Amino acid sequence: MKHRVYRIAVHIVPRAGLLDPQGDTITDALHSLGFKHVQSVHVGRHIVIETEAPDALQAETAVQEMCEKLLANPVTEDFEITSAVPV
Amino acid sequence: MKFGIVTFPGSNCDYDAYRAVVDQLRAEATYLWHKTEDLEGVDVVVLPGGFSYGDYLRAGAIARFSPIMRQVVEHARRGGPVLAICNGFQIACEAGLLPGALVRNAGMRFVSDAVHLRVENAGTLFTSGYEQGAVLRIPIAHGEGRYVADSTTIGRLEDDDRIVFRYCDPAGAVTGDANPNGSMRGIAGIVSDEGNVLGMMPHPERAVDPLLGPPDGLPLFESLLARMAV
Amino acid sequence: MTMVAPRPGDPRITSALVAEHGLTDDEFQRLVRMLGREPTFTELGIISALWSEHCSYKHSRSLLKTLPTEGPQVLQGPGENAGVVSVGDGLAVAFKIESHNHPSAVEPYQGAATGVGGILRDVFTMGARPIAMLNSLRFGSLDNARVRYLFAGVVKGIGDYGNCVGIPTVAGEIVFDDAYETNPLVNAMCVGVMKESELITAKAEGIGNPIIAVGARTGRDGIHGASFASEDLSEASDAKRPRVQVGDPFTEKLLLEASLELIRSGHIVAIQDMGAAGLTSSSAEMAERGEVGVTIDVSKVPVREEGMTPYEILLSESQERMLVVAKRGHEDAVSEILTRWDLTAAVIGEVIAEPVYRVTEGDTVVAEFPGSRLVTDCPRYSPEARESDEIVRLRATDVAGVPELPEEKDPLWTLERMLSSPTIASKAWAYRQYDSTVRTNTVIGPGGDAAVLRLRASNRAIAVKTDCNGRYVYLSPRNGARAAVCEAARNVACTGARPLAITNCLNFGNPKRPENFFQLSEAIAGIGEACRALDTPVTGGNVSLYNESPSGAVYPTPVIGMLGLIDDVAHVTPATWSVDDDVIVLLGEILGEPADGLGGSEYLARIHGIVAGAPPKCDADLERDTIACLLECIRGGHVRSAHDCSDGGLGVALAECAVADRSALVGAEINVSAWHDVPLRELLYNEAQARIVITAPESSLGEIARIAVKHRVAPMMIGRVRAGSRSLEIKHGKNRTLVAPLERLAAAYHDAIPAIMEASIESAAVLEQAAVTTV
Repeated sequence: MKHRVYRIAVHIVPRAGLLDPQGDTITDALHSLGFKHVQSVHVGRHIVIETEAPDALQAETAVQEMCEKLLANPVTEDFEITSAVPV
Repeated sequence: MKFGIVTFPGSNCDYDAYRAVVDQLRAEATYLWHKTEDLEGVDVVVLPGGFSYGDYLRAGAIARFSPIMRQVVEHARRGGPVLAICNGFQIACEAGLLPGALVRNAGMRFVSDAVHLRVENAGTLFTSGYEQGAVLRIPIAHGEGRYVADSTTIGRLEDDDRIVFRYCDPAGAVTGDANPNGSMRGIAGIVSDEGNVLGMMPHPERAVDPLLGPPDGLPLFESLLARMAV
Repeated sequence: MTMVAPRPGDPRITSALVAEHGLTDDEFQRLVRMLGREPTFTELGIISALWSEHCSYKHSRSLLKTLPTEGPQVLQGPGENAGVVSVGDGLAVAFKIESHNHPSAVEPYQGAATGVGGILRDVFTMGARPIAMLNSLRFGSLDNARVRYLFAGVVKGIGDYGNCVGIPTVAGEIVFDDAYETNPLVNAMCVGVMKESELITAKAEGIGNPIIAVGARTGRDGIHGASFASEDLSEASDAKRPRVQVGDPFTEKLLLEASLELIRSGHIVAIQDMGAAGLTSSSAEMAERGEVGVTIDVSKVPVREEGMTPYEILLSESQERMLVVAKRGHEDAVSEILTRWDLTAAVIGEVIAEPVYRVTEGDTVVAEFPGSRLVTDCPRYSPEARESDEIVRLRATDVAGVPELPEEKDPLWTLERMLSSPTIASKAWAYRQYDSTVRTNTVIGPGGDAAVLRLRASNRAIAVKTDCNGRYVYLSPRNGARAAVCEAARNVACTGARPLAITNCLNFGNPKRPENFFQLSEAIAGIGEACRALDTPVTGGNVSLYNESPSGAVYPTPVIGMLGLIDDVAHVTPATWSVDDDVIVLLGEILGEPADGLGGSEYLARIHGIVAGAPPKCDADLERDTIACLLECIRGGHVRSAHDCSDGGLGVALAECAVADRSALVGAEINVSAWHDVPLRELLYNEAQARIVITAPESSLGEIARIAVKHRVAPMMIGRVRAGSRSLEIKHGKNRTLVAPLERLAAAYHDAIPAIMEASIESAAVLEQAAVTTV
């Protein structure tokens, strides 16, 4: 089967319920700058991956596995991946 | 002659700068709290190292909005000397007092070591006590110390002799191996356009007491003292 | 007696629930008798935490009582947040070591970081300003991918936390051995300085005084961490992962400054970290020390999440929180100081005369215990202790006959192989990630025999070091524990310091197994013997049991944190050689006394993969004499460098003196031909104790000999420093000389760990993942 290149984005954020010192500190800073309506801030990472795969589903499955194995820390982080878009 | 050392939440080299000035330089120093807007008539402002606001978001990004920074920027505009060390350098860049930015070390890791620096311009307010080309040994301790700027800025820094220190080997050669963080052109310290703001990643305030190692940072403080006394 | 009714929604107390809380049937019955009724869910949770091994020391307390804890230098012995020792000139040093093994096994970055945070708080709550961190680490073999991940994560966690708070990390040790593969040891030690007059304890006092929660809000993290630390690590731990706590070094820095300001302000009477078992243990321990009652209203505790139950609030191990007892009427002053540091404070309870520990949720009492001795009224155990036959057999193994490998025909191969053993090799890969010079007190930083920190406002300095050879303790617990104390003492002495006092961190396996309890009791006996001989009282510490995994218990590892005092900074002595033609003198017997063999040596482990034989005998009196001799030589101005012989024996010690400072390699000519009939490997790699390699100007030889005789120590001149030479030459018989090029020794020693870690994907994963929590 012919492979093609897909682009998939991964959002990684601190796991819900865990303390997020970065997010809290930035929330405070935004409040002191006058952005009083800010409810919460979470700081994570955004990773964009281009990978070859037979189809979009398999590209997504592969990226899912990459997150579990390397990109995200299963103990402290949650992640979500976007749908694969052909490049 | 009085040094004002700014304490941001998370500053941790303010104490070292204070002791360097008071114990070794035998000059007057005072801490300036980040929430005040009063520089208390100090002659030199020191933005010390540390982790202001934990360096959360970006090193220096939050500290630069502190009330005192308005006064520090004003002081610098009037030509007042500002010595910005490590996290202070990062804050000075964020605040627009110096061009460029400091990003994560090329090796990705925090690096704590004693490195060699070459004095590239002994004609500044901060370096008149050194010989041109002198090789100093000064501690570094940072995770985000890689100096970067666009090519126009770098070109201007080079042309105007505003690169004050570069990382070098013990013999004074500026090499890739001697560069601990991947800074462009081996840049360890630069001055502002007017020459009154020095930003540097290495810690001269940690190299002032012979008990702890070569006191190669002391002439920097002495240069300021000599120039300001005139 | 107040009515305590189950809270709506709480689970029913069943035997399964009791078991899940780690309580035995007997312990549960004891609880019922104490209350005079069935406990509520909240009460069960409280007792489960307080009677966990971590909080109650139920298996170790009777043994710990045998340790020497007194001396004129001791201002505060065990039982407080940290020990405190006088160092003269009106100054005192607070220091303590603590384990964070289990959290680090689950999540190395946060586990190590929060370990550093906890021990920092233990020291500054005594009124001391932290000036140094040390850490004692044990991992499995770096050949294992998971171990590399743990190692990289722990190192980054220690560095990020300490660097951000601004406390230099100055010393420690890192050992790699399969015995620690799934259960690493992460012990962090903190050292702080104060004026003697600034000492404060965590004793709740003054009826009617308010109890104030300070610092971070309380979340659901780490609930039952204390009982978690008291279980074997097993497959089940994976499911318990959400318990992980996240460190916030920025808040810690604010808390540090605010706490010291509070203590100096006179507005408070006591302060304590909410560490293991959080609010529960901190409030119960403070009440117990003050012999008063307390009442806590959990509805007043600032929380991070909605709908937290009293059970969760009491047992949360959210980090960077403190419990303060203020003076009544000073609440506003306390609050003002905290506000200045952007911290919050909430009055959550009160010191009461009635001898009860009472928890309310608003007006409803949700838990109440009679008496003020909740923690010490726990059960005590002295289980069976019996040495394992396997270890008796291992110790009796004759290792002298282990055949040499073909490669060993080239003695340079063996020496390089020893130097590149990760346990021996330079740990700069790790400590270059630690800021070791912040606060500008570091006279000798990482890489020396011990770290030396000057004491400002005085001409003195302190030396600090952690040590323990777990292999020795495994093969011979009492002797091995003595050796741990003595090695730590020798190390601080090499920098010019007189050993003053210790803190210890006892990392052992499940005490319910007789062979493990045997190790624990023997090791504590050995520590006591050595501390008595060296006059270094035990000022506190930590016990970490259940360091086990499916592959078995770790080596019993009683880590010793030693504090030494240097009366004059002029006496600070480096480890490496520098001056050409200096004589090299070995203080102590070259083969030990009586001749120790290769049993338990790094040589056998590294070269042959053998852990067996009787480890070298540790004679604490001999150690004391050797140290006294060394210190007198140093004070007399005769010693230019001093380095002790430990892992890897004399051969490794000499090589380290030559190449440990890679920017200043220094050669030497050594002559040990007098022992030409001893096999070279035994001569170089036996690990006989009480030996120190010093260098001195030739003119001092006579004086050194005189001082040595006075202290009943054998001094032997074994060579000369050859500063211009590019090799370390060891002559060991007629026409037999090992010529070791310094560059090759340096490469073996300095490149070993970077070569493994820089090529490691696990190391990269740590850097990538930690980006979110980097500082």
